Amino acid sequence: MSGNVPVDPETLARVYRSLRLIRRTEEEIARIYPSDKIKSPVHLSIGQESVSVGVCDVLDADDVISATYRGHAAYLAKGGDLNRMMAELYGKGTGCAAGKAGSMHLIDMGANVLGMSAVVGTTIPVAAGYAFALGREGKGRIAASFFGDGATEEGVFSETLNFASLHKLPILFVCENNGFAIHSPTSNRWATERLCERVRTYGIEAKELPDDDVFAIREAAGHAAQAIRGGSGPQFIECKTYRWREHVGPGEDYDDGYRTRDELEAWQARDQVAATGAMLDLAERQAIDDEVEGLIAEAVDFAEQSPWPEPEELYSHVFAD
Amino acid sequence: MSSPTDSSKTGKGRVISYVEALQEAVSQEMDRDQGVFVIGLNVDDHKAIQGTTHGLIDKFGPGRVIDTPLSEDAITGIAIGAAMAGMRPIHVHIRMDFLLLCMNQLINMGAKAHYMYGGQVKVPLVMRSIIGKSWGQGAQHSQGLHAMFMHVPGLKVVAPTNAHDAKGCLIAAIRDNNPVVFVEHRILYSTDAPVPEDPYTVDFGKARVVGDGDDITLVGISYMLVECLRARKLLAEAGISAAVIDPVSLLPLDVDTIARSVEQTERLLVVDNAWVTCGAGAEIVAAVCERRQGASPLAVGRMGYAPTTCPTTPALEKGFYPNAATIASKAHSMVRPGEPEWAPAAEPTLAHEAVFRGPF
Ligand SMILES: Cc1ncc(C[n+]2csc(CCOP(=O)(O)OP(=O)(O)O)c2C)c(N)n1
Repeated sequence: MSGNVPVDPETLARVYRSLRLIRRTEEEIARIYPSDKIKSPVHLSIGQESVSVGVCDVLDADDVISATYRGHAAYLAKGGDLNRMMAELYGKGTGCAAGKAGSMHLIDMGANVLGMSAVVGTTIPVAAGYAFALGREGKGRIAASFFGDGATEEGVFSETLNFASLHKLPILFVCENNGFAIHSPTSNRWATERLCERVRTYGIEAKELPDDDVFAIREAAGHAAQAIRGGSGPQFIECKTYRWREHVGPGEDYDDGYRTRDELEAWQARDQVAATGAMLDLAERQAIDDEVEGLIAEAVDFAEQSPWPEPEELYSHVFAD
Repeated sequence: MSSPTDSSKTGKGRVISYVEALQEAVSQEMDRDQGVFVIGLNVDDHKAIQGTTHGLIDKFGPGRVIDTPLSEDAITGIAIGAAMAGMRPIHVHIRMDFLLLCMNQLINMGAKAHYMYGGQVKVPLVMRSIIGKSWGQGAQHSQGLHAMFMHVPGLKVVAPTNAHDAKGCLIAAIRDNNPVVFVEHRILYSTDAPVPEDPYTVDFGKARVVGDGDDITLVGISYMLVECLRARKLLAEAGISAAVIDPVSLLPLDVDTIARSVEQTERLLVVDNAWVTCGAGAEIVAAVCERRQGASPLAVGRMGYAPTTCPTTPALEKGFYPNAATIASKAHSMVRPGEPEWAPAAEPTLAHEAVFRGPF
């Protein structure tokens, strides 16, 4: 990225901080993972952070997001509590879902982060339903729903688009197209690549972003959010991005043969964390990095020190009071 | 056809794993019948559904080993249509939970077609599905939903617990002219057993007595059979002799074999790898009681998942599943109802805990 900074200094610092926090948190999770303290499947977003960060940066605190089992990035970008996320991964009673969610079902209703789901596509209509209620509420709040390319293949995706458009729901659909569903490339799964064109036939404006440039994503999301608040009904963005690590787990999988390290390196060359960091002056960047390291260390410490849930907690939350 | 009971007892055949047995069954059936094909997400990749579809893509090509979009509902319908046209699809799901996306096609079309259309069409379809467990599989990757399928006329449901039966049941399922829900368990994958090399079938509707005993009959479903066998050892130390039965096939269900054992023990404890309410255990207990019509007193018990959603944290998950110790303790209370509660001296870890690590 060039020296041209496309945003004001405050925004730049905020975006970098968010990207850096997510990257470093997940690197720390990957570092801890072999110790078996985190007994939860982890689907890391490393490499894909800019989608969550770019979108969440234009949302208001009372807007709502919804994401998937690959949800650490969206959770943190929307301001989800890091300590409680880390404790949840450790299975501790202080976790965001009291140890019942693990990494795949994070939630923080206090930060307007809806619960995530390990069944692909399931959160898309739920987010639309939440948006339906937000529309009725009439306070101008909107929802953003993040999902992968694979999720667009489920019937419920198309069914939801139709309903959302029909009822002009205040929702931003965000497809994180990382090119794979586990190891299956889109070429195995899509008759054509023209996802945005498919979406437009429902009367939904759709924007295709060719890469993971965080400011381009932020700008597109900003326009979309503004239109939604103006009553346009749903908007859609497809962000091309790349998952650097294996589908699930802390490691890399470039020896598995389904993709090449060259592919990774092309994306790494435009790493959004490094690129935005390079736009900051050194002292400011260092201050953010130090703050981030402090937060992560505190979260790990919080998770380690927290107690396990009491055995009888197994039976709490079966029914709501 | 070789007698499966004999070969498993006499140890005929090489010792191979549950995974290898499934792979071999499919490979041999695909050789035998051009109409057999495998369809499901990631069936063709290097992980090969934990190895169970290993090498099939190289041997049979992408025309018969078909990766899919995430479109379980449609793929189920497509498999049903192909089956009606005479093909024999094997639709593979990495978790049983995903069968919930197939319910409409499977139950409203697949299960009904032969009857609803007066016998004009058949649906020889296999739905392979794996139950997950532990390492944070949690709410949506751990469900044992076999009882839901047992409820519906037109579906067969099998849950083999060892490599021998896995191969024989899968071949039988492929050759069956009806939709078969084939229930696998992730923790059983690494277990091995003597498995004949030649193709053979394990017939549905025949339970297997895997341990004799006089005091109580334990019926273990899917992975819980393993825990029942371990409970049997613990009970022996307390001087209680437990018979252990593997139903193998849940629908059709072999009531005779279970009832025969109960004739002697007059105590029946069914341990399911699923929730208890309206579960396979309810069906088995009711069927045995109906058969006996109070011929003699019968103590019955059911165990299974706690009546909660599966939590991810190991601290709570421990209480969610029955294990050898809780099964032995429950059996003890049924055999010696007057005595104080008993728990085996050393609380055993679950069988898989020593060998199993995530992520998966
Ligand atoms: C309904 C359903 N089918 C299959 C799976 C197994 N599965 C888990 S993640 C995944 C890949 C989904 O790909 P995508 O939506 O592109 O998201 P990504 O993992 O790339 O972020 C699959 C197939 C699932 N969890 N849910």
